[in-house]
Amino acid sequence: MIRAKIAKRYGSFELDVELVAAPGVTVLFGASGAGKTLTLDCLAGFTVPEQGRILLDDELLFDAASRVNLSPRRRNCGYVFQDHALFPHMTVLGNLLFAAERHARLERHRRAREMMDRFCIAEFADMHPHELSGGQKQRCSLARALVTEPRFLLLDEPARGLDLPLRNELYELVRQIRAEYRIPILLVTHDLEECFALADTMVVMGAGKILQSGAPSAVYGNPASPDVARMLGIANRFEAEILALDPGRDTSRVRMLGREFAAAYLPGHLLGDKVKLCVPASQLNVVRETGPNCVSARVAAVTELPDGVRVQFDPELTVEMSRETFDAHGGQPDWWIEIPASSLRATG
Amino acid sequence: MPIDWSPLTLSLRVAACATVISFAVGLALAYLLANRNFRGRELLDAAITLPLVLPPTVLGYYLLVMLGRSTPVGRFYEAVFGGPLVFTWQAAVLASTVHAIPLLVKSSRAALESVGGEYERAARTLGASEWRLFWRVTLPLARRSILAATVLAFARSLGDFGTTLMIAGDIPGRTQTASIAIYDAVESGNKLAAQMLVLVISAFTMAIVYAANRLERRNDSR
Repeated sequence: MIRAKIAKRYGSFELDVELVAAPGVTVLFGASGAGKTLTLDCLAGFTVPEQGRILLDDELLFDAASRVNLSPRRRNCGYVFQDHALFPHMTVLGNLLFAAERHARLERHRRAREMMDRFCIAEFADMHPHELSGGQKQRCSLARALVTEPRFLLLDEPARGLDLPLRNELYELVRQIRAEYRIPILLVTHDLEECFALADTMVVMGAGKILQSGAPSAVYGNPASPDVARMLGIANRFEAEILALDPGRDTSRVRMLGREFAAAYLPGHLLGDKVKLCVPASQLNVVRETGPNCVSARVAAVTELPDGVRVQFDPELTVEMSRETFDAHGGQPDWWIEIPASSLRATG
Repeated sequence: MPIDWSPLTLSLRVAACATVISFAVGLALAYLLANRNFRGRELLDAAITLPLVLPPTVLGYYLLVMLGRSTPVGRFYEAVFGGPLVFTWQAAVLASTVHAIPLLVKSSRAALESVGGEYERAARTLGASEWRLFWRVTLPLARRSILAATVLAFARSLGDFGTTLMIAGDIPGRTQTASIAIYDAVESGNKLAAQMLVLVISAFTMAIVYAANRLERRNDSR
């Protein structure tokens, strides 16, 4: 378990995060420039925070107050770099042996061999990194990081530059590592799918701060702010006024888009409050005729998706639907869109 | 008149010794400048660069003042080795070394710094000490540039004139290096000797520079 509280200033950029990473995968999610990699660098010891402390289980890795700062080599951390950073002048085996150097010679070879078998890279043992493909390099750098038996693992955008099948292979590897090693794994990404594929806990970062953290489903179900909703790709965001609240039936009524809508109960709000609600584009329905929670809309733009269509409407609604649904509606300009009460969620 | 080749062999011997010394000292200084953040780092770099731009006679004068028989360093050398340093071929080695070091330090520092980044970070997280990191990762990755710089340093030691003349003098058979012998030959009208030495030195230096360039280029395509 890692407990970290880190503050560091770079000119006008300010990193100020407090996070807990239990064994399992913690994904640092956010746009580039949010401070994700900087956070990893602080944990690994490459960057010295100005304030705060970093605890690994009960061991102090860094503490600004008592001037404790373990060097990277003494932190026992596996770091998988964006560009793998495999030593180009050593073979794959050489890279792994370098990492196993603190063991006796025979033991070193045994560990390297075992790790190469586990990551299916034994056949490349005598090759140099430049002879390997992206996926093979990735497996080598994971294997090399794990030879040292790290107490936590840091992955900086591990899927960058990998195509889809290789990505899925990587996700499978990370899951395998999670199951076998039971150590905290911190993974940096700006890819939403990757985040949901791997995260036990996701930490949403923006401008050097943690905006929200929790299980991915919990974060997606209740984004802490419109910004987080936007980063999670939740396309529809509304300003609404609460007209009625019924905690008993777990319902509420709100006014938005100039109409009244039923919604799930909105905890922590009062009657008459202005709230910001959001709905993922995939959860809106196209219906044939008007009904409760329906709004009429005109098509403004259509974008093709791999498995359907994304239609933008006026008033501002974005709906993802199957190609059949879209075709069935034909050239009709006016549509009825249903916003299911259960899909409306508060941001914050 | 037969040509005396001894200045050439002396030059090669002096240059070889100077290259070995400046490689060791230069690499240590380059490591210091590339990896350690200390006060006066850039000042040290400037001081090391000085021999590259100062007139050789100025450099020779400094060395003479520092190492002459009446100075503490000169006396210490005499006490240890039983003879003075100035006006010996060892003094010529020193002159060439001082001349070659800036070249080595500059290029090696740049080469060591260019490796930097992720490889060094990776080595550190893998538990490598700074010592092992340097010998196993940084140096092997920078080796071509450093080797090329060493070759150039050798070429430069071969060609020193002013500084060597100031502190080693011009004693035929003892401290008369090729570049000094050429000057002497021209002065005394021995055209053939001058021409032969000039030709050999030029061809030799050309070959060295070509080799250094080849090394650098292979470095780029690695």
